[in-house]
Amino acid sequence: MSAKTAGTPPVSATTSKRPAGTLYRGREGMWSWVLHRITGVAIFFFLLVHILDTALVRVSPEAYNAVIGTYQTPIMGLGEVALVGAIVYHAFNGIRIILIDLWKKGPKYQRAMFYVVVAVWVITMLAFVPRHLMNVFGH
Amino acid sequence: MSQTIEAPRTPAIPNRSKGTNWEKWGWIYMRASGVLLVVLIFGHLFVNLMVGDGVHAIDFAFVGGKWSDPFWQVWDGLMLWLALIHGGNGMRTLVNDYAHNRGLRGTLKIAILIAVVVLIVLGTLVITTFDPCPAGSPADLLPSICKGL
Repeated sequence: MSAKTAGTPPVSATTSKRPAGTLYRGREGMWSWVLHRITGVAIFFFLLVHILDTALVRVSPEAYNAVIGTYQTPIMGLGEVALVGAIVYHAFNGIRIILIDLWKKGPKYQRAMFYVVVAVWVITMLAFVPRHLMNVFGH
Repeated sequence: MSQTIEAPRTPAIPNRSKGTNWEKWGWIYMRASGVLLVVLIFGHLFVNLMVGDGVHAIDFAFVGGKWSDPFWQVWDGLMLWLALIHGGNGMRTLVNDYAHNRGLRGTLKIAILIAVVVLIVLGTLVITTFDPCPAGSPADLLPSICKGL
């Protein structure tokens, strides 16, 4: 079966070594997808833990405070930077996926949109990380 | 020379003309819930980690103060349901892609379903039955609204 997408020439008619029109094979299209899966799994497992730790408010104030106190240690503070980084990437790349699927010009600009995701991720993290590290290490 | 790509392992679905197309609704759900979750989770992270002392200020009194307000109960309840179903459906996609053994695939998907259902029930009960001022607890651990009760 040869890879063919409407509007793109077969790979034999080009000088390319890769089939054309494969958005999710190689380069930005694939790596953004790989990152989306990895961050998604990480966020899912954190979510399971986070619901359980929050449920401790129903046990006693002391139990909740003891566990949430471990979220305020320096090591967990760095973990929260990684967690927020994963969430912010998953959020912005998710919007990129929606645009690829629903916006007429989405597939054409998917590569450019990936770099927009990276840029907006950097800006968001620049706003978050210094503030968060001040809260973690400043006490 | 034309390059060939292997036929996908997933077999074609024999009859799609009848009944609800659940995969389509799952696809729509991921996008619709995704947009809402961006707003809900960014709001959650901003209020809990950026405002005031951030993570350092989170304790029972902080949560009690938030959940004394129906606004945050609804906010967190929506986040709970939307995120767990979104995450559970995402994990189901990964299991379908990577678990090639039929029995393992079924087991993992049942485990995901159980985790999602149990945590939705637990989380919903916690948000709706939560008492910000439990009797007999030291006053300095409780939110300020408990004073004078």
